[in-house]
Amino acid sequence: MRHRINDFALKLANVNGTGSASANGLLMQAIFRMGIPVSGKNLFPSNIQGLPTWYEIRVNKNGYTARSLDYDLMVAMNSQTYARDVAEVRAGGYLLYDSSWPLDPALLRADVHFLGVPFAQLCNDNFRDSRERILMKNIAYAGTLVAALQVDMEIVTALLEEKYAGKKKLSESNTRALRLGYDYARDHFDCPLPFHLAKMDANSDKILIDGNTAIALGCVYAGATVAAWYPITPSTSAMDAFKIFCEKYRKDPETGQNNYIIIQAEDELAAIGMVIGAGWSGARAFTSTAGPGISLMNELLGFAYYTEIPAVIIDVERVGPSTGMPTRTQQGDLLECAYASHGDTKHILLFPSNPAECFDFAPIAFDLAERFQTPVFLMSDLDIGMNDWVVPRLQWNDGYQPDRGRVLSLEEIEALPKFQRYTGEDENQVAARTLPGVHPKASYFVRGSGHNKFGGYTEIPDEYREVMDRLLKKHQAAAKFVPAPIIHRRPDAIFGVVTLGGCDLAVREALDLLAERGVIGDFMRVRGFPFDSAVESFLAEHDINFVIEQNRDAQLRSLLTLETNVPKDKLRSVLVYGGFPLSARHVVDGVLEELGLQVKPVFVAAGRPAGEIPMEE
Amino acid sequence: MPSIVKPVATHPSLQRNDLGLTIRDYEGTMSTLCAGCGHDSVTAAITRALWEVATPPHMIAKLSGIGCSSKTPAYFVNGAHGLNSAHGRMPPIATGANAANRELIYIGISGDGDSLSIGLGHMCHAIRRNVRMIYVIENNGVYGLTKGQFSASADVGSKSKRGEPNRMAPIDSVMLGMSLGATFIARSFSGDKEQLVPILKAAASHRGFALIDVISPCVTFNDHDGSTKSYLYTRQHELKVTEADFVPPASEILAQIGQNGAVNVTMHDGSVVRFKGVPPNYDPTDRGKVMDYLEEHQGKGEVVTGLLYLNESIPDMHELNKTTGVALTKVPYTKLCPGAAALDRLQEDFR
Repeated sequence: MRHRINDFALKLANVNGTGSASANGLLMQAIFRMGIPVSGKNLFPSNIQGLPTWYEIRVNKNGYTARSLDYDLMVAMNSQTYARDVAEVRAGGYLLYDSSWPLDPALLRADVHFLGVPFAQLCNDNFRDSRERILMKNIAYAGTLVAALQVDMEIVTALLEEKYAGKKKLSESNTRALRLGYDYARDHFDCPLPFHLAKMDANSDKILIDGNTAIALGCVYAGATVAAWYPITPSTSAMDAFKIFCEKYRKDPETGQNNYIIIQAEDELAAIGMVIGAGWSGARAFTSTAGPGISLMNELLGFAYYTEIPAVIIDVERVGPSTGMPTRTQQGDLLECAYASHGDTKHILLFPSNPAECFDFAPIAFDLAERFQTPVFLMSDLDIGMNDWVVPRLQWNDGYQPDRGRVLSLEEIEALPKFQRYTGEDENQVAARTLPGVHPKASYFVRGSGHNKFGGYTEIPDEYREVMDRLLKKHQAAAKFVPAPIIHRRPDAIFGVVTLGGCDLAVREALDLLAERGVIGDFMRVRGFPFDSAVESFLAEHDINFVIEQNRDAQLRSLLTLETNVPKDKLRSVLVYGGFPLSARHVVDGVLEELGLQVKPVFVAAGRPAGEIPMEE
Repeated sequence: MPSIVKPVATHPSLQRNDLGLTIRDYEGTMSTLCAGCGHDSVTAAITRALWEVATPPHMIAKLSGIGCSSKTPAYFVNGAHGLNSAHGRMPPIATGANAANRELIYIGISGDGDSLSIGLGHMCHAIRRNVRMIYVIENNGVYGLTKGQFSASADVGSKSKRGEPNRMAPIDSVMLGMSLGATFIARSFSGDKEQLVPILKAAASHRGFALIDVISPCVTFNDHDGSTKSYLYTRQHELKVTEADFVPPASEILAQIGQNGAVNVTMHDGSVVRFKGVPPNYDPTDRGKVMDYLEEHQGKGEVVTGLLYLNESIPDMHELNKTTGVALTKVPYTKLCPGAAALDRLQEDFR
């Protein structure tokens, strides 16, 4: 029998709130520990209990771990979505279901292998508590998958032991449930399935982490001391993680007092206000939120921009407009953040593509906010923020010193004849500021109303414009300081592809797939706004640039059109915005369609047309 | 009148405070409010109080929102940093500033529109957090800068300049503060500096959020017959329930405390607030009695003034948070960053 190793995708269909997340996470983590490139995507509802939820695992020995749309195996544990789930299995694929009840014959497919395991029956026979019977079904199907996919049982057992250390009863129940599913599969099916796992060594320098945890850790390392927020999906876990890290690292060992403060605000208007108040006072302060929060913060974001007060805003984007779909991912806040607030405003944006960059960009966000005395947006999204990603181990340079920007010391103030807030700008158009509590000579009156370069109230056109024009030049100066774009060029490329954030993996995979078909494109991932000059050069190099992003209105394309000199007709869009993470297939199909080339179904995992599934020993 | 600049020269005989500073050192720029505006009297009281408590000017931070009242931080203590924010948003900005640097005296100046309408939620939550600050509402029952609309503090039946009566019930900041558990609540009258100055001085020593509602008549839009926030109405209906003396820490005057049925409250910093002339059924430390008294007398149309309620036993935001004793802005970065070795150890959890 020919086998396909470390190259497949499975999808698990569950009911929200029944405990499936720990079983799915267990499998994902076990595969990670087997050294195999893997991703796990949690596609969950805005609900506490009862609505459908899915988890997708993609395994790929070559490191292509963007979301797959081709499922070799479906674990169908939710009767509500069964019909949809059966239809999604790849031809020739497998479906695992709970055979405690008979299967509706109308839902069978001739081209799919059906594997029935009586999970409910097994758990009813082996567990007495009704809640336990429901929870343990999940671990039971995990046991079946351990057998079917050849997950290393030693690793799974070790993970369970770590997780339930000191909780003997739970540990016993989980181990028993795991064995139930495992033994049933071994007794009734040919294990492993034709596609399965084998240990590799791709992860020894990697970690498994979600973006919200990484961003919170980045804020700790950056030296943030004040955090203000209002709970909102999908950013809540960022502040939860910040609190956990602060409790670990920011309690003074001698006094037991906290070298941080986290304030749960009454709303996002207050949250950004607190950040601005703290920034004015000289602390590194941030808030974490999502699109609806940014909408509320707009007023004071303009205030901070105009009065030149540093602030860091973490935006974990979700689907809009309005409440939208709070548990689904999108890149829909680009324009909102780039120009947040009324009047002429422009902000600095950073676009991390994965949790490792979330960590790396956090100190950069604070450095830029203080250097340029302005709000800086760290633009993550739900996919990056809430899913566990396999990324290189985080690195920290102990030589790092925060860039506090131009803040006058007591000695500098004493040496000055007079302090005037918005004069004496440096080459980046940044004027020195002073902090409250240092010296009476350095006091000034911050005002969101019209002010001149001395900080005084004005309604005189020339005085007003002088300040506004400097602010524009200051924003332009920041282009050299945001992370430069990542560019990969190929010989004989006939087009360019531009993307950002979490689209990274899917777009790079798609370009490899397209290249295999002779359709060759260059790659650029922008990482910050205002755009580095390299962005404009890349666009100029290509007659066609595909801009691939996850929103309806082509917001990155709009931003590129507005903020570079590239002719609009050189930019074409591939837009995926239904709320689930991007897949390479979306990009391949979108690019081929735009190029007027016939679209053939592509088996994304191996880059070959369906029906020619590659097999190996 | 922004073109008028205050003289730089200071008369040599001017009194000096403990820091050797004269009251001129606590003044700001010239007011641009209408002549006779109650707010200018409040500014004068604040100037005097801050001079008397002798806080170094740069250790004061003054904040405001939007409105006539919110312009006034420019008119006192030039040597203090000031921040004139957006409409209603002063409380969160002051909260954040205080969070970052707990070593300053924060004074927020707001109005009835700023605090009781657009920023009502923020004020309530600053009270709940017990953010240590002096919070002054310059209350005139009317929107001045937009020319005379009723504010949320306008009394039922009070008439606008055009004669139109207000029919909606007012939001009373004092009763609101009582119900929210505010720890320092006062009401005063802009025309009564003798009452207001000691209240402001006591507020500067208060452990948490000090709410001071000052009836401050608007001479342009709300000082006519039929208004319940006019100078005349307030003078005719004012009922001074307490007279508070502020006694700084370790002063000789401590010996007199407790005489003549007066109520004395020791502040967190050791200073004492001495309440004189308190009616027999009134205790400014008893929330229930204060509320009963206010219900009874305000129901009769009286404007009850004085330091009405004081509770020094409630921890402020930093105490609740167990924040380090110094300003967070002073904690060195080496204490904030766990370093590369800790990151390596931590990442074993991410395997």
